[in-house]
Amino acid sequence: MTDRVPGFSTLAVHAGAQPDPTTGARATPIYQTTSFVFNDADHAASLFGLQAFGNIYTRIGNPTTAVLEERVAALEGGTAALAVASGHAAQVVVLQQLLMPGDEFIAARKLYGGSINQFTHAFKSFGWNVAWADPDDIGSFERAVTPKTRAIFIESIANPAGSITDIEAIAEVARKAGVPLIVDNTLATPYLIRPIDHGADIVVHSLTKFLGGHGNSIGGIIVDAGTFDWSKDSKYPMLCEPRPEYHGIRIQETFGNFAFAIACRVLGLRDLGPAISPFNAFLILTGIETLPLRMQKHCENAKAVAEFLSGHRAVAAVNYAGLADDKYNKLARKYAPKGAGAVFTFGLKGGYDAGVSLVSKLKLFSHLANVGDTRSLVIHPASTTHSQLDDAAKVKSGAAPEVVRLSIGIEDKEDLIADLDQALSA
Amino acid sequence: MNHDAYDDDYIRGILNGVKSIAMVGASPVNVRPSYFAFKYLAQRGYDMIPVNPGHVGKLLLGKPFVAALSDIGGPVDMIDIFRNSSHIIPVVEEALKLTPLPKVIWMQLGARDDAAAGKAEAAGLKVVMNRCPKIEYGRLSSEISWMGVNSRTLSSKRAPIPTQGMRLSLNRSSLGGGETAASNRAAKKSEPT
Repeated sequence: MTDRVPGFSTLAVHAGAQPDPTTGARATPIYQTTSFVFNDADHAASLFGLQAFGNIYTRIGNPTTAVLEERVAALEGGTAALAVASGHAAQVVVLQQLLMPGDEFIAARKLYGGSINQFTHAFKSFGWNVAWADPDDIGSFERAVTPKTRAIFIESIANPAGSITDIEAIAEVARKAGVPLIVDNTLATPYLIRPIDHGADIVVHSLTKFLGGHGNSIGGIIVDAGTFDWSKDSKYPMLCEPRPEYHGIRIQETFGNFAFAIACRVLGLRDLGPAISPFNAFLILTGIETLPLRMQKHCENAKAVAEFLSGHRAVAAVNYAGLADDKYNKLARKYAPKGAGAVFTFGLKGGYDAGVSLVSKLKLFSHLANVGDTRSLVIHPASTTHSQLDDAAKVKSGAAPEVVRLSIGIEDKEDLIADLDQALSA
Repeated sequence: MNHDAYDDDYIRGILNGVKSIAMVGASPVNVRPSYFAFKYLAQRGYDMIPVNPGHVGKLLLGKPFVAALSDIGGPVDMIDIFRNSSHIIPVVEEALKLTPLPKVIWMQLGARDDAAAGKAEAAGLKVVMNRCPKIEYGRLSSEISWMGVNSRTLSSKRAPIPTQGMRLSLNRSSLGGGETAASNRAAKKSEPT
C-alpha cells in the first residue's frame, strides 16, 4: 500500500487530532485540568522518570496542548514541538538548552523589537551574550562566529518591515560553525515558508499572530527539526551529558531525533514554568484549521494595499517584498512564492507628524501593538514596539521615525484602501 | 532495503508480526534506556527475554536473564540489540546460528552495522537499524503524541484507551510515504558538501 501524501490544508485540520477515546468528541476537548491521576505508584515513577508516555501535570504537558504541538510540528515538517506561554517564553526555553553563562549566540539585527530587548537586556543577566549580524550581509554572520557561539537566530520574514531573510545562506554559516540555526517563523507561518526545508534546525513561533490568527490568545511554540547531531561534541551539556535531575539520563541518547523538543519540555518548561493554558491551546488550534485560507486572503489584501500606497502622493516609500521593485522581491519569490506575508512598513513624506496624524484618522485599522489578526492593524514602531532602541538602532532595525507599520487583515481590500485613502487625504 | 528511511508499513509489519523479543544488552538499572524500552514492550504485550551475561541469575521485571541467545531454549521472533555499533556483528552471527532463525534483527537508536545487516538479510531476516522499537510503537499508535511528537500519522477513528498489557492499533494512515523524514534530512545534512 502506498501512503498518500496529505496536503498542507489537510494537515492544518487533522494533524495531531483524533476523536476522543472516552466520549467520541470530534473537536479536540479542552482538558482544563491541572493534573492527571496515576494508575499506580509504578506508573507515576515511570512518568516522572521519562520512561512512559503520558500526562502528569499541565505545566509539563496537557492533552489539548499536545494536539497543538503535533499539528504545528506536522505543518513545519519537524519531529516534535513544545507549546509554551508566549513567543518570548519559547525563546528563553530554546536558548536555556543551548547556552551556559558566558556563551554567545548570533542574532540578525532585523528582529521584532521585543526580541531585541530580550536578547540585549534580559539575557545579559543570564550571562548569554548576543552578537548582532546584518541579515543583508551574510559575511557579518561568518565574522561573528567565535569558539563560544552556540546558535544563530533569525526571522524568516523580519519584523517590522517584512524583509525576507536568505535562510539557506545563513544555514550554511551555522552548519560550518557546528551550531543550530533557529528561525522565528511567526510572520511567514509554515503556509508561506517552511524554514526546516531550507536548513533550519529549530523553528520558533509566537502563536499569538497568524497561527492563532484571531487576536485572542497569547502563545508560543518550539519545533525540533530533528536534524542537529547533539552528540558530536560537548558544547551542549543539556542534551548530551547525564542529567542529574533525571537520574543520569542522557536526553540525546534516549530520545534520538526529537531530543531537543524533549529537553525543552523536561529541562526548560518543567523548571522555568511558562506553560500555555489549555484553553489558549484550544483557541489557537481552532485558528490553525483555517490558516491556509486566511493566509491567502492576508497576502492578497496586503499586496493590493501595498500597491495602492506605492502610488499615493503622500507616501515616500513602501517596503513590501511582494512588490516587483522591492529590494527583497527576489528572495520573496524564492522563499515565499505564495505571498510575502501581510506585515510591512511605509514612510510618509510628512515624516513623524504625518505618521501620527494618519494613525489617529484611520477608522477601520486598529492602533495597537500586535500583528497577524483577522483585523487590520496599524502602529508607529518608533514610538511603541521599537521605542526602547536608540535612533541609530531604530533605523538599523527598520523602524525609522517616519515609518508606519501595517498588519493587513482579512476584511474586503476595497474598504481597507478607502480607509487609508481618507486618512491620507484628510 | 533502504536503511536510511524505512516505510512505516515495514516497521508496522514487524511490530504487528513479532510476539517474542530477546533484548541483548538489557539493563536492570532503571534509568537506562534499555530498561524502560524493555518495560514498555512488556506492557504492550510482547514476550520479552533479557539477554545479558553480567546478570544471569537475576530477574528483569519477572523474566530471568539469559547469558546468550543460545540459552533461550526456544524460538524467538526478534532480536533487539542494545549495544553500540562495534558490538553488533558477533550478536548477529550468534542469532544466525539459532534454529529456527529469528525473523527480525533490530539495532537500537544510534547503532548501525551495514555489514551485519547484509548478513542477516542474506539469511532472509528483516533488519531495522538506528531506531527504537518503543519510539516506533509509540509513534505508530500515536501514544507518543502525548509528548508533542509528530507521529506522522492521521486517523479519524476513535482511539482505544490503552490499558496494561494491551496491544494498540498501529494501523493509522501514514503521511508522506512513511519514510522517517527527519532521519532523511539528518542523513542528507551530514553529507559533505
